[in-house]
Amino acid sequence: MSVILFGVFALIAVACAVNLVLQRHPVTSALSLIGVMGSLAVLYLLLGAEFIAAVQVIVYAGAIMVLFLFVIMLLNAGAEEKIPGKSLTAKLLGLPVFLIFLGVVAFLIQKYSSANAPVEFGAFTGGGPREVGRALFTTYLLPFEVTSVLILIAILGAVVLAKKEID
Amino acid sequence: MNFLIATLIKAGLIAFVLVTALAYLVWVERKVLAHIQLRVGPNRVGPHGLLQPLSDLIKLVFKEGVIPSHVNLVFYLLAPFLAVALALVSIAVIPLGPEVEIFGFKTYLGLTDINIGILFILAIGSLGVYGVALAGWASNNKYSLIGGLRSSAQIISYELPMALAIVAPLLLFNTLSLREIVDAQSGYYLGFIPRWAIFQMPFPQIFSFILFLIAAFAETNRIPFDLPEAENELVAGFHTEYSSMLFAAFFTAEYGHITTSCLVGALVYLGGWQPLWPAELGSDFFPVIVHWFFAAICFWHATQPARWYDKFTMPVVGVVLFVLGGSFLIPFLKPILIPLFWFIAKAGFLIFTFIWIRGTLPRFRYDQLMRFAWLFMFPVAVANLLITGLLVALGEQAK
Repeated sequence: MSVILFGVFALIAVACAVNLVLQRHPVTSALSLIGVMGSLAVLYLLLGAEFIAAVQVIVYAGAIMVLFLFVIMLLNAGAEEKIPGKSLTAKLLGLPVFLIFLGVVAFLIQKYSSANAPVEFGAFTGGGPREVGRALFTTYLLPFEVTSVLILIAILGAVVLAKKEID
Repeated sequence: MNFLIATLIKAGLIAFVLVTALAYLVWVERKVLAHIQLRVGPNRVGPHGLLQPLSDLIKLVFKEGVIPSHVNLVFYLLAPFLAVALALVSIAVIPLGPEVEIFGFKTYLGLTDINIGILFILAIGSLGVYGVALAGWASNNKYSLIGGLRSSAQIISYELPMALAIVAPLLLFNTLSLREIVDAQSGYYLGFIPRWAIFQMPFPQIFSFILFLIAAFAETNRIPFDLPEAENELVAGFHTEYSSMLFAAFFTAEYGHITTSCLVGALVYLGGWQPLWPAELGSDFFPVIVHWFFAAICFWHATQPARWYDKFTMPVVGVVLFVLGGSFLIPFLKPILIPLFWFIAKAGFLIFTFIWIRGTLPRFRYDQLMRFAWLFMFPVAVANLLITGLLVALGEQAK
């Protein structure tokens, strides 16, 4: 059951990700990204990390992507135009370079991942809100706080930049 | 196998009851609004307009569905589907009552209970905006687009105070499962004050409850927050270009959101199916008395008919109410009906509040809406959360 669900949602995630790149209309791309987020949430759920799954939907699909969609709709961005003549180098080198890149990634994963411990569905028990909260506020307190400061700086930067535009 | 059959039966039953309840919610809303505005409301189709939902449905089904030529067809059709699906799916995780025994088969009232139930509902609620936003965009109409934009901005802004408000009672309960949340509110202080979240020590969550209600109004696009469909500014907002069943889908979605919000409010803040006062003081007889009281009123009206047919109809209604009230006394049905009665009574009161507010308040202006969310609700929610957290932590240390 878990394997079937994993297969289905992994396929949906990949299909949505490919669609995200292929589509030329920003709204379609944004919706494909939501599809990716949703399928990722299901994959987290299958692994037993239910809190992360819910947060994935609430934060990414429910808040960040709504903001994306809001901006796209506000700017009323239309479909981007197809550029007719792509450069010859891109056409010739594109596929080989892509394959080499995939090979390098696969090699690195093979080399550095702990292949001795296969992933089991639902085996991860530290995914509840209590465990995640405890880890965030004890083991990972410093990275957690530093990240929040980083986000604050990013927001301030965005406000300053937007204000300059208005003035 | 038993589990599968039980789940299928429950799913069918809940879906049927929910959809019927949504249809009649429209009737209740029109009636209550009419009485608030000193009108009669729907009263032509059936007695007291009781068949009005049916006639509305027939009209909507048989009306020609006009699809304008300038819309983005895929998203135009996807939007109402998304809206109605996301509005109805939350009912799956809402428990409706405690564990009961039916024909020797033990089961929980309600479809399922997941250990992150409240997060699931928040997640689905936050996705609900896509239906509205996409409908506004895909309609390719300025009014619709503005409606969709307003809706997304509004829902992002009010999601934050809502989530912060709901976190505070969760600190008291120490769980995210809706069933355990209700269990954590059982019992009474001094023998008669219920331990519902709005009364629960160390910090009664009354502020959190009010914030939750306000945010729920905004999330469901209800007056005073109905800017996405403000009819005197935007024609009909995001659903201007929709007709027939596609329009009905948005309508159902709105009422579905209201029902879910009220059920969640009743579960988290009003103790779910925990009665208002303990069974030792006779709370089990309260539903019986209520039903029999209204039965008595019907019998009294039958003796003094205002219309010629009152002599026949009033006793029939009275007998039905009498039997309904009596069924609360049958030992076999009692453990099912009494929790359901309390839960529906609380959720019904919240739904009535929704309609009541609609009949009372005018619409916000857009800048007022945003200022209210960010400069009032957000700080109050944070302060409430901090105080609750502090008191809970102090209480833990004292133990």
